Amino acid sequence: MDSLLNSSRPSVFCPGCSHEQVLHALDQALTGMGLSGEEVVIVSDIGCSGLFDTFFNTHAFHGLHGRALTYATGIKMARPDLKVIVTMGDGGLGIGGAHVLSTCRRNIDLTLLVLNNFNYGMTGGQCSSTTPQDALVGSGFLNKLEKPLDICQVAAAAGACYVSRASTYDKGLVEGLKKAIAFDGFSLVDIWGICPGRYTRRNKLTPKSIEADMAKLPDLGDYKTRNARAEYGHAYRQEAAKLQQAAEPVRIEATCTSPEQGRREVVVLGSAGQRIITAGELLCLAGASAGCHAAQKSDYPITVMRGHSVSEIILSDIEIEYTGIENPSVVIALAPEGVSRRKKMLTDLSPEALVIKASGIELPISPASVIEIDFKAEKIKPQDWALVALAVLADQNKVLTMDMLKAALKLRFRKAEYETAISMIENTKVRT
Amino acid sequence: MGLTLMEGNEAIGWGAMAAGCNFFAGYPITPATTIYNTMLRLLPPKGGVCLQGEDEIASIGFCLGAAMSGMKTMTATSGPGISLYSEQISFAIGSEIPIVIVDVQRLGPSTGSATKGADGDIQFLQWGNSGGLPVIVLAPVDVKDCYVLTMQAFNLAERYRCPVFLASNKEVSMTHETIDLDRLDPPQIEERRAADANHPFMPFGVNEEQLTPDFLAIGGRCLVRQTSSTHGMDGYITTDPEQIARMQERLDAKLKKSVSAFIYYDEYRVTGADTLVIAYGVTARAAMTAVKKMQHGNAKASLLILKTLWPVPEEFIREKAAPYKRVVMAEMNLGQYVREIQRLLTGKKIDFIGQMNGELIKPGQIQEVIQNG
Repeated sequence: MDSLLNSSRPSVFCPGCSHEQVLHALDQALTGMGLSGEEVVIVSDIGCSGLFDTFFNTHAFHGLHGRALTYATGIKMARPDLKVIVTMGDGGLGIGGAHVLSTCRRNIDLTLLVLNNFNYGMTGGQCSSTTPQDALVGSGFLNKLEKPLDICQVAAAAGACYVSRASTYDKGLVEGLKKAIAFDGFSLVDIWGICPGRYTRRNKLTPKSIEADMAKLPDLGDYKTRNARAEYGHAYRQEAAKLQQAAEPVRIEATCTSPEQGRREVVVLGSAGQRIITAGELLCLAGASAGCHAAQKSDYPITVMRGHSVSEIILSDIEIEYTGIENPSVVIALAPEGVSRRKKMLTDLSPEALVIKASGIELPISPASVIEIDFKAEKIKPQDWALVALAVLADQNKVLTMDMLKAALKLRFRKAEYETAISMIENTKVRT
Repeated sequence: MGLTLMEGNEAIGWGAMAAGCNFFAGYPITPATTIYNTMLRLLPPKGGVCLQGEDEIASIGFCLGAAMSGMKTMTATSGPGISLYSEQISFAIGSEIPIVIVDVQRLGPSTGSATKGADGDIQFLQWGNSGGLPVIVLAPVDVKDCYVLTMQAFNLAERYRCPVFLASNKEVSMTHETIDLDRLDPPQIEERRAADANHPFMPFGVNEEQLTPDFLAIGGRCLVRQTSSTHGMDGYITTDPEQIARMQERLDAKLKKSVSAFIYYDEYRVTGADTLVIAYGVTARAAMTAVKKMQHGNAKASLLILKTLWPVPEEFIREKAAPYKRVVMAEMNLGQYVREIQRLLTGKKIDFIGQMNGELIKPGQIQEVIQNG
């Protein structure tokens, strides 16, 4: 095939626009590589470079400003066999900067052509991320204040494996594009060109001056060696192949009998590191092992190993509707951090409620009955207090039985942990 | 057989897998992160793709590219992420890209409270797109809904080629609950309708009766064009007012005319009640407790739980409310969906209970409104 250009939709760039030349260079590169339209996706950004997809007989995806690389990444991950070419201006480079950096870091097999003409052509020649500070553009004095970006240096620093600078007017452009497209990984070509409609009306820029300016840019050094690595998609599939499929969700057999009927609300108040959430989960599992429905909500700050930890559990022989705690039948209070989060609830406890608390924990006055445990005297580590409190609760035959607790431990822990936990609840003779 | 203990977000992940999801991309954000965690655990070992974008815009962008390449995609975030998705959502609506978007709502505005629940995005999800076209929003009540409605969301995204939102809430998504996975009533899995690859392909071509165009994936034998620009059936930019109007009207009608095919709801009817409580999401659970507690007293109320919020199932709501003199709307915001109810039920007395303080609306608060108005 001699051309992938769409003969029924001839290009419509301004006379003298560098995009026109890049369009033909890209066509020659693609056809020169023997690619057919079915094998190629052109993903175009917004602005004049965003017209590229409409001029080609290839698959085409034209989306939002700056986001072309995001679609291209999705397409390439879905269809690794396709050649995905992204066209973007210096505008897209600026607004989509985070995506450019991340694509460099990923090294996914896309080719990004930056059609760099130093201004926003389509909206009236405002400054972009590459506008020289001394240029006269449609943004008044603002471009004087911002340094232009050399995307090649940035890309090399961000981990790109293939970065190249090219002038639209360079005879080697087609070969350069072929090399970039053939590269197995992310390739970026920064293609400088003239925007006659806007930029060169007030600024002098010629093929010659472009060549001279480019020659002054710093060399990119040994980034290729530094950044060399596997293409993202290959590496992704290789890593994924090592993974084991997740086990199906566990179905909990109802092997135990619940000591109570109806809705039972339990609140566990502690601090981070006391395995409060695990205790809540154990209660739910214990409930399920007696065929009860269970719900658990947890409340903890963003910090790990610091701050409060609260778990609210509801067990019920019928489906649970409201998941808030209204009238807890049991409160386990193990640390002041948790207690201070539920002061009002503790004051409103009913006379039927049971509080299991660690010695030294101050609670508001309420009519509930209290069991106090001196964990420290029993030499029980703080991370085990919640589990021991559950065992004390099971001893009372309230909310759960010892059989239910053991069933929960079996569901929750691996063998060694399970055995430690069982010996903990069996051998700890807690004075209450 | 037996119950499974599962978090709402985890159930969304398993539901997505059951629906055939093979591509997920997300950016970590409380309270949606555990959906991403779940997909990362479930998808790659099965040959699917799970990516973490550099931001929310990238995450949904990955999905849109993959969806147009034939994948079944999902992303998940919370209110702040929906804000960043907004432009991409408009794209997916206008360019008919199937995608499931989970919004695990948290208390806003803005970054708000990461670990507090709310239903504050309910109008935002519908109107957060430029152009004002309809979207589908489903709202789960519990962990079971998280599973089944996620499957429905995938089916609807495929059937209508559109974004479908699952409007969850921290209080549903981050609550662990027992679920009987073997007694669910999962829907049949649907796939988007493929165009005949042997005929010239029009990416947005429809015949006179058709509201959703047939699909071909990027990368096949037929060349496929996708564009965010105002386009004709061929996927090229058009400036022809007639073509533009036809496209816009089709996109509007596509969902509004079809809503009767996907009205998900629950109800609890109380004989002799002259009040109907309408609720959705986690608040429906408190409402259920409230109406049950009051069903033998003087002030009785029935309950309608809406799980399809957008497009508003207008006829359905009118019919369901017809036997009642009064409606009580309960929702976890300061009055959003109640606007739709007020618009529909002009002849009825409508009382409202809502709050935005990070706490669940209690059954007692709803009872109070049923009792006293």
